[in-house]
Amino acid sequence: MATLLRPLAIAAAALFSLHAHADEVAVAVAANFTAPMQKIAAEFEKDTGHKATLSFGATGKFYAQIANGAPFGILLAADDTTPEKIAREGLGIGATRFTYAIGQLVLWSKQPGLVDAQGQVLKSGTFDKIAVADPKLAPYGAAAVEVMTQLGVLNTLRPKFVQGENIAQTHQFVATQNAQLGFVALSQVMADGRLVEGSVWAVPATLYSPLHQDAVLLNKGQGNAAAAALLQYLKGDKARAVIRGFGYEH
Amino acid sequence: MPLGPEALQAVWLTLQLATLTTLVLLLIATPLAWWLSQTQSWWKGPVGAFVTLPLVLPPSVLGFYLLVAMGPAGPLGQFTQAMGRGLLSFTFTGLVIGSVVFSMPFAVQPLQHAFESMGRRPMEVAATLRASPLDAFFTVALPQARTGLLTAAILSFAHTVGEFGVVLMIGGNIPGKTRVVSTQIYGHVEAMEYAQAHWLAGGMVLFSFVVLLCLALLKNRGSRVLP
Repeated sequence: MATLLRPLAIAAAALFSLHAHADEVAVAVAANFTAPMQKIAAEFEKDTGHKATLSFGATGKFYAQIANGAPFGILLAADDTTPEKIAREGLGIGATRFTYAIGQLVLWSKQPGLVDAQGQVLKSGTFDKIAVADPKLAPYGAAAVEVMTQLGVLNTLRPKFVQGENIAQTHQFVATQNAQLGFVALSQVMADGRLVEGSVWAVPATLYSPLHQDAVLLNKGQGNAAAAALLQYLKGDKARAVIRGFGYEH
Repeated sequence: MPLGPEALQAVWLTLQLATLTTLVLLLIATPLAWWLSQTQSWWKGPVGAFVTLPLVLPPSVLGFYLLVAMGPAGPLGQFTQAMGRGLLSFTFTGLVIGSVVFSMPFAVQPLQHAFESMGRRPMEVAATLRASPLDAFFTVALPQARTGLLTAAILSFAHTVGEFGVVLMIGGNIPGKTRVVSTQIYGHVEAMEYAQAHWLAGGMVLFSFVVLLCLALLKNRGSRVLP
């Protein structure tokens, strides 16, 4: 009997010890980072036994929720100003801030051949609607406006704007072809280093200010082993390979 | 000035949207509710359930299907393109259609209830007085159902003003065309402009309360006047 029970007891002890260390962290993730983060979180859970629950949305909305006591442990923002603001206002720990990805803006259409490799389509204006994330709310939207200003087409294109509340909704407008083209994040139209479908113009980085996306540990994540481990994991080679695979620099 | 020109534009647009939606709804819902109240057909159940669907479906479902339906590959999109009208998404007309679908049960149900509670007798009497069915409908049924008609109009209007999810999904947030009060408030909150959000949000609370109060008073009066 005793010999039979011993392996069971060892297994139970092993299971218990694993769970004793396993922690859970709630992460607020910028909408443009949805796909890579799902992949990273799955690998993170496998590798460390910790669990990361992900919420995706607009960074501005997350800020409002965090300022009002939302239970997030980490914010992966779409910009670097929100984490800075969070640190300044004492909602997070400033020393933990770092750039986890640098975003790439693209002009994308689901229609092959509509968007050319130089973005000339913006000047020809052979389309009805162009989707842009709300520049007031989304850094990718602000970058898109910068690009159109640089090219001198902002005022002619403005009547054709449809605005997504965040970059995910902007992508949805183009993906359902309700808008023929739109400014989205490269990460949304790329998988495993390749364009998924349609036509795309990778906007040269000289046309907009760099999209530094910063992470910050929030007050509610302090002392949470999973939160600390995830921040470390994001800096590791494995996560960085995933991030690059989705078209971010870094 | 607590409300800027953008907010006032959103208020004006919301009122236009709600007014137009209410008018369209009354035109569609009145015959539909009449048919539902009179028919013995097997179709009454399925049609009634279908009309009530927007009451229980989340706006995300309606918004998603409307977006797909209005897109170039969707049935509505193909129809409007064939008519040379382009796509309905991100247009005021598209919002009206979305709102009509979304608020349909709020117009049909009070009307259907009013027609049903009237019973068959008044129409039969009208028929014996040689009124044509159409004549009887306008001179007997509609006046009898006036409380239901008013309730349907008020609810449709208020529900359209309070609409958010569908507009967010098919609107594209274009100032003056598809940016209504509810999405304007959402934008203010996300941009952390809480002062502006408060003025509009407070106004919405006040408006909704007054509407519901009017409705309650109307029902009181209606039940006293009508047998």
